Amino acid sequence: MNIGVVVFPGSNCDHDCEYIFKDVLGQSVKMIWHKDTLPAGLDAVVLPGGFSYGDYLRTGAIARFSPVMGAVKTFAREGGLVIGICNGFQILLEAGLLPGVMLRNTSLNFICKDVYVKVENAATRFTNRCESGQVLKIPIAHADGNYYTDPVTLGGIKANAQVIFRYCTAEGKVTPEANPNGSLDNIAGIMNADGNVLGMMPHPERSAETVLGNEDGRLIFLSMLSAFGKTEQQSRLVSV
Amino acid sequence: MKAKIHVTLKQGILDPQGKAIEHALDSLGFKNAANVRVGKYMEVDLNETDRTKAEAQVKQMCEKLLANTVIEEYRYDLQ
Repeated sequence: MNIGVVVFPGSNCDHDCEYIFKDVLGQSVKMIWHKDTLPAGLDAVVLPGGFSYGDYLRTGAIARFSPVMGAVKTFAREGGLVIGICNGFQILLEAGLLPGVMLRNTSLNFICKDVYVKVENAATRFTNRCESGQVLKIPIAHADGNYYTDPVTLGGIKANAQVIFRYCTAEGKVTPEANPNGSLDNIAGIMNADGNVLGMMPHPERSAETVLGNEDGRLIFLSMLSAFGKTEQQSRLVSV
Repeated sequence: MKAKIHVTLKQGILDPQGKAIEHALDSLGFKNAANVRVGKYMEVDLNETDRTKAEAQVKQMCEKLLANTVIEEYRYDLQ
């Protein structure tokens, strides 16, 4: 699988994403500077976490106008897989590739900890290796992860099964107490209507390797491989 | 021409920063302070003498970048 990881000024999870896809899963990865365009032949594009442009104005608001984003929009429109993690999710929202916005966490704190999310829809190209209702433990690290959208849009994405992850307890109960940031409806990740663009606040790249003590995040990346007909065995063989 | 632009959260949108400031004002003894809302103020110099054109530009700036109209509204003065 050919993965492109976009690097914005201020991205800081770009190399983690590169490492997971290249070294852990044995795929081909290209790092793409935000002033460049996307190379031909990519299967998926990653917008990584970080603080693009120092979060000036609003998170993701300026990165959205980076030259590469025009190509990312075209790539998404043509059906290419795009995953935005944390700041990448915020950029996808500002770019209009996903609906809604991020508000400041209700606690006003930068929250960096493991959380539990429930897989609400396992029939996607990002979650096909999960089971519906499965609880994943994945860390979050953000100050602006309080998802908000208008009631009509919320109704639409819920009806269309575009809400992919919701914050929950370890047992999988979606409760206000399990909501770390005030996110509307405990939303932790959503997908576009066409099913090829995913945004999520938790960092699967930080929980995708045995040595890190948590491999739950790996399921997201393995699902993306499966969407391209690759299996875990194949990827492991390559990485060994 | 100079544009003075205010971007504020729409009514009904939760403003945790405003709430925190409200609590701080309360503990300072300003017991009658309520509904604190935090916004942004920006100044932009425009190399433009035609007021109508300048206004159209500022409006575009706000719509495209300076405000996220899902949650924010904006107003401006041109001087």
